[in-house]
Amino acid sequence: MNDWTRDEMMTVAAARLLWDECVCFVGIGLPSAACNLARLTHAPEIVLVYESGTLGTRPDVLPLSIGDGELAETAACVISLPEVFSYLLQAGRVDVGFLGAAQVDRHGNLNSTVIGPYDAPKTRLPGAGGATEIAAHARQTFVMLKATPRSLVPKLDFCTSGGFLDGNGARARTTMRGGGPQAVITDYGVLTPATGTDELQLTALFHGATVDEARAATGWALKVAANVETVPVPTAVELETLRALHSRTREAHNRPVQLPV
Amino acid sequence: MKGKVLMLDEAIARHVQDGACVALEGFTHLIPFAAGHEIIRQGRRNLHLVRMTPDLVYDQMIGMGCASRLTFSWGGNPGVGSLHRLRDAVEQHWPGALEIDEHTHAGVAAAYCAGAARLPFATLRGYLGTDLPAVNSRIRSVECPFTGERLAAVPAINPDVTILHAQRADRQGNVSLHGIVGAQREAAFAARALVVTVEEIVDALPPAMNGIVLPHWIVSAVAVCPGGAYPSYVQDHYARDNGFYQRWDTIARDRDGFRAWMERHVLGCRDHASFLKSLREAA
Repeated sequence: MNDWTRDEMMTVAAARLLWDECVCFVGIGLPSAACNLARLTHAPEIVLVYESGTLGTRPDVLPLSIGDGELAETAACVISLPEVFSYLLQAGRVDVGFLGAAQVDRHGNLNSTVIGPYDAPKTRLPGAGGATEIAAHARQTFVMLKATPRSLVPKLDFCTSGGFLDGNGARARTTMRGGGPQAVITDYGVLTPATGTDELQLTALFHGATVDEARAATGWALKVAANVETVPVPTAVELETLRALHSRTREAHNRPVQLPV
Repeated sequence: MKGKVLMLDEAIARHVQDGACVALEGFTHLIPFAAGHEIIRQGRRNLHLVRMTPDLVYDQMIGMGCASRLTFSWGGNPGVGSLHRLRDAVEQHWPGALEIDEHTHAGVAAAYCAGAARLPFATLRGYLGTDLPAVNSRIRSVECPFTGERLAAVPAINPDVTILHAQRADRQGNVSLHGIVGAQREAAFAARALVVTVEEIVDALPPAMNGIVLPHWIVSAVAVCPGGAYPSYVQDHYARDNGFYQRWDTIARDRDGFRAWMERHVLGCRDHASFLKSLREAA
């Protein structure tokens, strides 16, 4: 199938990184679509954890918020927030954390707090939420964001969530227990950290994307791995499943809600 | 329960004073909007608002000038984008300056737990690799006396009053809630006073082994307020109005449009029932 969009390719590429039965802490937006696509295709027993405390949830449509009622109704169980953050995340019981961000730097550090100075912000963003501790404690994290020189930046305006910090093993010298960002999925391809330096480098391109395009969309001098894979295009099943999920979601979100009396 | 069942306006007048530290909790689910609106109607000022996710309810209270300080950990409109009134307060100091005390979810959850246990601070293996401690002097660290590990420390949160919405209470004042429960139990036990709005008051609560029941002796006031969480939701009663959350992005984007909406639907309505009626008429 050739009629896929880069957005769809991003979601499919991210979904393929997940495996059956993995325990996955899900952020809202692109990560939520990728995690549910994985569940509906190759990873039926994936355990999706939303930070609202819904464990093993199996929503029919993508939630708008991380706490929509359907997440609770389809969950294996619902736990409190202190339990989510201390007993699951801090205790190392999450395999994969899936994060988005406004900015990422070459060592996979993330900004979701502010553009401009903290005390005089140009744009105030929502802030950390669960991301800081997901980035610290999940056994590994995957990051999804669209690539522009303003999102893949040489220096973050603010570090909300630590990746490999200054690189060259800096993270390993902290008490952060998780393994850090193992893949950054952009709309041109995938960056992964180089052994030793921890610097993100281009290791996979989507069909139709080029190294020049990747370099132009990256705000630092992007290193390119010796062998850059081409990510296989979405299968018919992946595309149909993803489109049906989005279509059910649109319909559900447009359905008027009866005001309580 | 002698004198605990109040009208919402009486409960707010009695328990929420200017300058108080107030936590309206509820993580996406069970957000006490009716109580927030009543605080706006009563014109409270200089509140220190505490909430993990300020959500639309604090966007409204901040935009209407109720707050001078905010403790929070994620300030967006979930799945939609910005809270424009919160942003305007932080970026342009409108309608007034807002001091922010910014944390992570794990930090606020731990601070509520410490507050509930009347401990002075909480420790967690948190705030690692982030710039937050550099901009918030309340995020500090302690050394574990057993292992020597540096752990993050945040001061306990003990609101003057915590306000929740729940499915039901009984006539003795025991409050029962279920579904996504966030950090409500911890915020309730951490508070000096606890005000709860409920969908209904019943003669006897259903058995709730391991379900959350807030016992009557920590509950200061209960007000019956059907629909009191709208446009948030109440599991088994009504759904989250995701369409409203999307429309709020337009309503709150500019100051005049926001003020006009609040004047028509909140200040211009005497209580929550008339607020809901005004939205039905506008639909």
